[in-house]
Amino acid sequence: MSEHHHKETFVTKYLFNQDHKMVSKQFLITGMFMGIIAVLMSMLFRLQLAWPETSFSLVEAFLGSHQTDGIMDPDIYLALVTIHGTIMIFFVLTAGLSGTFSNLLIPLQIGARDMASGFLNMISYWLFFLSSVVMIISLFVEAGPAAAGWTIYPPLSALPQAIPGSGTGMTLWLVSMAIFVMSSLIGALNYIVTVLNLRTKGMKMTRLPLTIWAFFVTAIIGVVSFPVLLSAALLLIFDRSFGTSFYLSDIFISGEVLHYQGGSPVLFEHLFWFLGHPEVYIVLLPALGITSEIISTNARKPIFGYRAMIGSILAIAFLSTVVWGHHMFITGMNPFLGSVFTFTTLLIAIPSAVKTFNYITTLWKGNLQLNPAMLFSIGLVSTFVTGGLTGLVLGDSALDINIHDTYFVVAHFHLVMGVSAIFGMYAGIYHWFPKMYGRMMNKTLGYWHFWITIICAYGVFWPMHFIGLAGLPRRYYTNTNFPMFDDLADINVIITLFALVGGAAQLFFLANFFISMYRGEKATQNPWRSNTLEWTTPVEHMHGNWPGRLPEVHRWPYDYSKRLDANDDDSAFLHGEDFVLQTTPMLEGEIPS
Amino acid sequence: MLALFYIFIGVAIGVSFWQITRIMDFRGSIANDKDNDAQGKYAIGFMAFLYAMMIYCLIFMNVIMLPESASIEGEHDDNLFNITFWLIGIVQFGMQFLIFYFTFKYRGNKNNKAKFYADSHKLEFIWTVTPSIVLVGLVSYGLWQWNSVMDLSDLEDPIVIEVYSQQFNWKARYAGADNTLGFGNVNFIKGMNTMGVDMSDVNAADDKQVTELYLPKGRKIHFKFRSQDVLHSAYMPHFRAQMNCVPGMVTQFGFTPKFTTEEMRNQSEVIEKSIGINKIRRAKGEDPYIFNYLLLCNKICGASHYNMQFKITVVEQDEYDEWIAAQPTLAEVIK
Repeated sequence: MSEHHHKETFVTKYLFNQDHKMVSKQFLITGMFMGIIAVLMSMLFRLQLAWPETSFSLVEAFLGSHQTDGIMDPDIYLALVTIHGTIMIFFVLTAGLSGTFSNLLIPLQIGARDMASGFLNMISYWLFFLSSVVMIISLFVEAGPAAAGWTIYPPLSALPQAIPGSGTGMTLWLVSMAIFVMSSLIGALNYIVTVLNLRTKGMKMTRLPLTIWAFFVTAIIGVVSFPVLLSAALLLIFDRSFGTSFYLSDIFISGEVLHYQGGSPVLFEHLFWFLGHPEVYIVLLPALGITSEIISTNARKPIFGYRAMIGSILAIAFLSTVVWGHHMFITGMNPFLGSVFTFTTLLIAIPSAVKTFNYITTLWKGNLQLNPAMLFSIGLVSTFVTGGLTGLVLGDSALDINIHDTYFVVAHFHLVMGVSAIFGMYAGIYHWFPKMYGRMMNKTLGYWHFWITIICAYGVFWPMHFIGLAGLPRRYYTNTNFPMFDDLADINVIITLFALVGGAAQLFFLANFFISMYRGEKATQNPWRSNTLEWTTPVEHMHGNWPGRLPEVHRWPYDYSKRLDANDDDSAFLHGEDFVLQTTPMLEGEIPS
Repeated sequence: MLALFYIFIGVAIGVSFWQITRIMDFRGSIANDKDNDAQGKYAIGFMAFLYAMMIYCLIFMNVIMLPESASIEGEHDDNLFNITFWLIGIVQFGMQFLIFYFTFKYRGNKNNKAKFYADSHKLEFIWTVTPSIVLVGLVSYGLWQWNSVMDLSDLEDPIVIEVYSQQFNWKARYAGADNTLGFGNVNFIKGMNTMGVDMSDVNAADDKQVTELYLPKGRKIHFKFRSQDVLHSAYMPHFRAQMNCVPGMVTQFGFTPKFTTEEMRNQSEVIEKSIGINKIRRAKGEDPYIFNYLLLCNKICGASHYNMQFKITVVEQDEYDEWIAAQPTLAEVIK
């Protein structure tokens, strides 16, 4: 490691930066920016759902030609839900979450100087940036952005005659996603290679923090499934622009029969969900990994069942690639396939249950340090349970028939992967902010942020289950055309109020984040008294992470509150502290955990 | 309501600004014993909120939910749903209690020491095996029900009906005297032949195209679905029935109506729901709501997706016979 310090200019520091810590911050800020756009969109369509015939100057200001007298047009409502979903799932919870924390933590927690390829890492970020720019540009095309739902099922997404958003808007959506997939693949390959090859001395796979396990497995799922989305998108581009018929057949629209013959939209659904379902776990696993780390650190207890946790991650990863059909029970797929997918889907409940029980056991008899990061992690466990349990209803094909595509589904997936993953992301930001910026975030604002957010999250999504059970389909611009849904109007108002307050509460976070970046309390080297390697680096960032030699690892990362005599709770702590850094050598006669 | 909302938003923003400026002056970053104590207690408070809301919704939103299944096949659906819902309900209440009670009970204090407890094969075994056994039960019942609903291979004397979707309406075609539908394809769409039926097919002449569905009570209906443009989904929530309509292919679903529309209107859950709806409609000066079975579009299909409905009327067999006899055949309509 050379002690020579290069003078950094704006160009080398931000544009051609290859340092993983800066790449991580770039992912985070871009992801947050996209998140703000997506959340504002959800506020707009929530206004529409609560007060469908009311004029809002807000709508007038934001939607320009896509509204009439302050009331949004039906097709732009669909565009808003489409882009909200796309941005939240891909740009915030995939790139924003994995991109930020995989980049920050993989080298730091395995004891590497940087990613395996800093150059590819830089390319990965800039491709993500480019795809974000293309997605944002698509919001401003004349006919509006893509509006066929985030699942972009053809023929709706293939035919501009069917909905205006399927013109230029859809083309840009596909281009943006193609670039996004490239970014994601390059990132994922880099993570996998780094974890496999650059672990420091003593860092066996069974000594990796669960965060790294989660990021590692997530990257593998990404490599397996994202290329399938890319091919699905390419075939759709062919159908749209070059007259092929992969997904289209026998279509009569706008008074004419189109030339497409022999394709099937069901093929697209298979290809899409082959990514789409693993994507849920690409979003969720990093959040669960972050939670494992934070709960253990703040409970001052080892994570319960470390090996079972790794086993669950692997089981979930494997099963996630064989359950995609549960999104397609009623698409006309062979009913026998439905049976198979019901079976595999409910299997995935088992590792998920194991993880949850392990989290709760980790809390049991802990000495819980209720920092904002810890609260968000506990909140994640809570929403993961609530949302996960309704999965037992949806995953059962016989029951899915009647609630498929209703608000019950919306409530389910928002809780289990939306809110949960966002909570994981917030937890990660509060916890590793000192590692990113060398300063601490304010805890009081963090508490306000957490409690308002979790109350609003439940206030929005719990009643939503019942709207679904009343039979209300999702993606309805308004339900006023059905008298049988008139009694849902009040519930929609309440949900929107919770959504608006919850959205506003994120201002606490933004204020805290940006003010703390400059004015926050200076961080100490190991503020949370944690075991993992990232807290052995200096607070000030430096290339190569550690001055001098790389640290050597002697134990697993969860030796919290370890006693001299493992069987005696009253005996003194090892080394007199309730944590033992991974770099601390084993005492003579100490039993490894 | 709206004025209240604007006031509410104004107050919220004002309070936020005031709080943020005030709070940023405290430079605290790491939870101390006082924070742990307060947050632990808030966790109990939140748990109370969560339970209150869950119970409130479960009790008072019962009335808005769909009435009991109006198809014979859907009875098991309701049954399975009830079993699953009770089960996950109990687990939900138990788990949330553990999460927030532990947060409170074990809130940190510098005089406390955490227990070093890293593993227990016994516990791991219990909570791998218990969910597995429960799931095997649920899956078995679910799969039995799924297979009996989806198996349409040997129906005895069903009524065959084609449901046809396009942006943004529904049509239907009854198979007529031979109970076999004539072949359909978009290439045959022309003039009055809006469903694209091949009139040279011998089975087509006696088919009957209608704009409203009439079903006889107690007879198995074999639906076949087609779409002429984009994906739609034929969702008949009261019958626990749904199937996508896919351009280029024919999908199918079947059920047996159990109650006539008239009987359903006199069903206690429906009466109760209608009273609630009519209270709201009266306040807005709208016509009263009378229950009808509906078929809704449940797959995003374009701008008017939210307004794609089709009325279903279930009647006694003799009334159905009368109605269907009065419908003209395709041969009569398409000259």
